Amino acid sequence: MVNYPISVSLNSVSVKRRGKSVLGPLSLDFKVDGFNIVLGPNGAGKTTFLKVLHGVERVSYGTVKWSIPDAKARQSQAYVFQSPIMLRRSVRQNLAYPLQLVGMDKAEITTRVVEWAQKIGLQDVLDFPAPRLSGGEQQKLALGRALIRTPQVLFLDEPCANLDGRSTREIEELLKNATQAGTHIIMTTHDLGQARRLAGRILFFLNGTLHEQGNASEFFITPSTSAARAFLNGDIIE
Amino acid sequence: MNEIWAGIQEAFWLIIILDSDLIEITVRSLKVSFTALVVASALALPFGTWLAIRRFRYRRVTIAALNALMGLPPVVVGLIVYLLLSRSGPFGVLGLLFTPTAMIVAQVIIITPLIASITHQAMRELWSEYHDLLISLNTSKRQRVAALIWDGRRTLMTAALAGFGRAIGEVGAIMIVGGNIDHATRVLTTAIALETGKGDFALALGLGFVLIALTLVVNLAIHALSRTEREGTW
Repeated sequence: MVNYPISVSLNSVSVKRRGKSVLGPLSLDFKVDGFNIVLGPNGAGKTTFLKVLHGVERVSYGTVKWSIPDAKARQSQAYVFQSPIMLRRSVRQNLAYPLQLVGMDKAEITTRVVEWAQKIGLQDVLDFPAPRLSGGEQQKLALGRALIRTPQVLFLDEPCANLDGRSTREIEELLKNATQAGTHIIMTTHDLGQARRLAGRILFFLNGTLHEQGNASEFFITPSTSAARAFLNGDIIE
Repeated sequence: MNEIWAGIQEAFWLIIILDSDLIEITVRSLKVSFTALVVASALALPFGTWLAIRRFRYRRVTIAALNALMGLPPVVVGLIVYLLLSRSGPFGVLGLLFTPTAMIVAQVIIITPLIASITHQAMRELWSEYHDLLISLNTSKRQRVAALIWDGRRTLMTAALAGFGRAIGEVGAIMIVGGNIDHATRVLTTAIALETGKGDFALALGLGFVLIALTLVVNLAIHALSRTEREGTW
């Protein structure tokens, strides 16, 4: 599968909660291509930015426009939350659910579910209740469930937070495979090491606005703003 | 104490000899209550779930009204249904008064708010858990309601059982709209009221123990069927 880059335009987007601005105002034309990492300190607006792009967070002001029609854009996207949300069903049923929603043929669903269970290493627990899996297994299942519909764009909100090294490595492997298969990724992370390993492009957020963006290798070697330099040095920034 | 003992003996005796009146009354009780439960569940489960996921202007008022309706006095419900179904009432032409159908109507009115309210509480929690995922998967409202009802089915079973418990133990409303007619509308609770009035406490207690046993059996059977306590489920 080859997915051509798609773009998104944010026009004066802002999100307010209880009168307090958590994102924006933000105007941005962004070509989603390859592996994009959203970096920034706590409260910088990274998660809100992802949710606004995916349409699960309503904007208080402004517009978000994808280069493809809205309905098609939503169908071709998937989101993995920081705390994986497990349907109270078996692993098999969790994997099958997104396919059932689009009315896929039963035989095709069965084949795909088995194939993806093997990819995420959960083939031996297919009939096990998903909410009883370990944290790492739940995150792998959430990722498999997101990728099973082969989305054009995949959003990931700190998918490896609270996971051990082994689970993190397995998830990073799955993400690399997904990008090779043509899925474009936008992911938030706190882990600078992970950002260095995976990112093709960096979006650095601070105080609800996009502070700096650019090619990952350039960002890590020569960040153009003092805040980004301080962040990379491990300083506390506000 | 002697009367309780005599009641237990009477209950056992009625069951052992398979008393035809007892069987007829028990079957009618189950038929009326199960029918009321099915109708009430068909209304209350989707409504309670819909109420949990939908935001609209008078939502809080609706929830408050629903909770208030849980405490509807059955006698008042019986009286209202009686007036509606009586010859001079708007539905008098249907000729339903003093029939099991009238009893079902009264029971549906009594248990629907109870089932809907418990459903709403349970679905609200599940919806807060599932909200982001179901929105992210671009589900339609119908698909969301279906997912919540399916995944919350064990909690909903409890809601339905609460409704069944209230229905089968109800006496005030069905006495008014059913009339406690022998071989027509007499059920366990109205029979108990009748025997108590006649002073036959042993038979009344016997019927009471049968009623309790019946409720227990139905609860256990439904729990077993839905595998609520089985290891490996959640």
